[in-house]
Amino acid sequence: MDGAQRVAFYRQMVRIRTYEETIRANYHADKTPAWDIGAGLVPGEMHLSAGQEPVAVGLCAHLRDDDAITGPHRPHHLALAKGVDMKRMTAEIYGRVDGLGRGRGGHMHLFDPSQHFSCSGIIAEGMPVAVGQALAFSRKGTDAVAVAVAGEGAANQGAFHEALNLASLWKLPVVFVIEDNDWAISVPRPSSTSISSNAPRAAAYGMPGERVEGNDVEAIHDACGRAVSRARAGDGPTLLEIHTVRLWGHFEGDAQAYRGEELAVAESHDPIPAYEAKLRADGLLDDASVAAAKADAQAEVDAAVAFALASPVPDPSTLSDYVFA
Amino acid sequence: MTMTETEAPAVRRLSTAKALSEGIALEMERDPSVFVMGEDVGAYGGIFGSTGGLLEQFGPTRIIDTPISETGFIGAGIGAATEGLRPVVELMFVDFFGVCFDQIYNHMAKIHFESGGNVAVPMVLMMAVGGGYNDAAQHSQCLWASFAHMPGMKVVVPSNPYDAKGLMISAIRDDGPVIYMFHKGVMGLPWMAKNPRSIGPVPEEAYEVPIGKAAVVHPGTDVTVVTVSLSVQHCQDVAEKLDGEGISAEVIDLRSLVPLDREAVLTSVAKTGRLLVVDEDYKSFGLSGELAATIAEQDPSMLRAPFARVTYPDVPVPYARSLEQAALPGRERIEAAIRSLVRA
Repeated sequence: MDGAQRVAFYRQMVRIRTYEETIRANYHADKTPAWDIGAGLVPGEMHLSAGQEPVAVGLCAHLRDDDAITGPHRPHHLALAKGVDMKRMTAEIYGRVDGLGRGRGGHMHLFDPSQHFSCSGIIAEGMPVAVGQALAFSRKGTDAVAVAVAGEGAANQGAFHEALNLASLWKLPVVFVIEDNDWAISVPRPSSTSISSNAPRAAAYGMPGERVEGNDVEAIHDACGRAVSRARAGDGPTLLEIHTVRLWGHFEGDAQAYRGEELAVAESHDPIPAYEAKLRADGLLDDASVAAAKADAQAEVDAAVAFALASPVPDPSTLSDYVFA
Repeated sequence: MTMTETEAPAVRRLSTAKALSEGIALEMERDPSVFVMGEDVGAYGGIFGSTGGLLEQFGPTRIIDTPISETGFIGAGIGAATEGLRPVVELMFVDFFGVCFDQIYNHMAKIHFESGGNVAVPMVLMMAVGGGYNDAAQHSQCLWASFAHMPGMKVVVPSNPYDAKGLMISAIRDDGPVIYMFHKGVMGLPWMAKNPRSIGPVPEEAYEVPIGKAAVVHPGTDVTVVTVSLSVQHCQDVAEKLDGEGISAEVIDLRSLVPLDREAVLTSVAKTGRLLVVDEDYKSFGLSGELAATIAEQDPSMLRAPFARVTYPDVPVPYARSLEQAALPGRERIEAAIRSLVRA
């Protein structure tokens, strides 16, 4: 892998982290003194992706605008890496009319048809939808692929198994990506799943399965490359399970008492400082380029937030719009 | 020789099942983005005949048999629809929605709204409904109110061959999701007792029946009888019988539940002053209550007799014939309710 690509990975991860840190700060800023989930400029549940940036960056480096992603309730890293417009995404999270869904969707329901990006708050239920997108691509004769991303908790849902079977049965260009961050809200993986890796489940559906350890963007990039190429070549679906880390709570406000000592261990596995150290050692980053990456990211995020704040809130008289096509 | 030119064409009569599948076939000929998938829609032609002959005409790439995997293939229909195809997906029995309802009400019905109108889901989800043939609690329900209750889906419920074809064509051409519910008893199946009204005249060409527009299928002046699906046939039978006794019932076939043609109901009740709702779905929290509310909100004084309903009771569908027949909104119950209303 060439140095320019590695630096680009780093910058993209910093961009996503900066985004999540900014949303996090803004989310909490106006929920004082008594914390109220429905208060403030960014109300509602907020599931942030800090720690999972390597998955989105390693995956999306292989994807084109015409490839599709269905994401889960924790979607920001995937949306940004896929190329969803940060300003319109932010306006949606702020519930404004210039948002992706004109303020109707919110952060768990981001739809950008220009990037074939969508996400859903219902665990595993985006996976069959990706199968249908792949079916459409294949019927239209394009070589576009559809990627379904879900957490490790999703692999125990029926929709996961139904989607894998259908994609393999019809040999569709789908890549199934399981982000294993060890926690389904408060339930640790060993308490939810009968096997230590979901990769062997792929064999039950006649497709390759691979587990990627280490939360390393380059290893993830390699594995995703194999899966995307296989799908694009018409050789059918692949299941990838990527072991990553959830640095923050399930949602903002989650005190995470259930994590105990594991939390400190997780925090010591932040993938971005680790990758930065590696690139510094390889002479690809220095203080100046690191500072520039962070400053560029913050400037873009600040502009997105400014765009959101400048956009009007939806007029209540438009409440019933868009219920029907 | 000009004889053949002046000869009137024979009126072609089709079963509802045949009319429905013909509607799909015509749209598939016109629009290559239309395809069908579901359980047993291929060689079998649909368990209740909704896709008869389509596999032979269009082949297995457009008429796709699926595994027993309703979440999987309904979700796949949604994904295909968001990418510009127009899937017609069959859920074999409405009773099976319990295994896949998330895809239906949380995804199919909401994506257009959540996306602020940026992503359309032009999809038809058709399914068999209804009982009367001793198929018991898990294969005999109507459940249309459950769909109509949740926003984002149109719901159509044809009662006859002509409407079945026209509503299917309208549903396929609609840019949003449409739930298409056909009662097994209106399909005109050779292996199930049927009302002669399940076979009727159907034009050969494509035509639309507008979604959300009721039809007066039997004009009258004494009482308004509002209903859908198989119950329309029963109500027509009763209204014709009562005509001979000087009781004039106006039967309205709603044809769609969403959008609901409230105006047609209000117009008729303004004339008759009496309203009977006949519904094979469960009694409570459903169509009959909704129509009572419609009158109450508009002008309760429109009614000169108390609102009446003949519905399925709030009881699971029993197996034994004696029990199921007692529960169904059959002709005797309808007739008694009309007689009671006009005496009131």
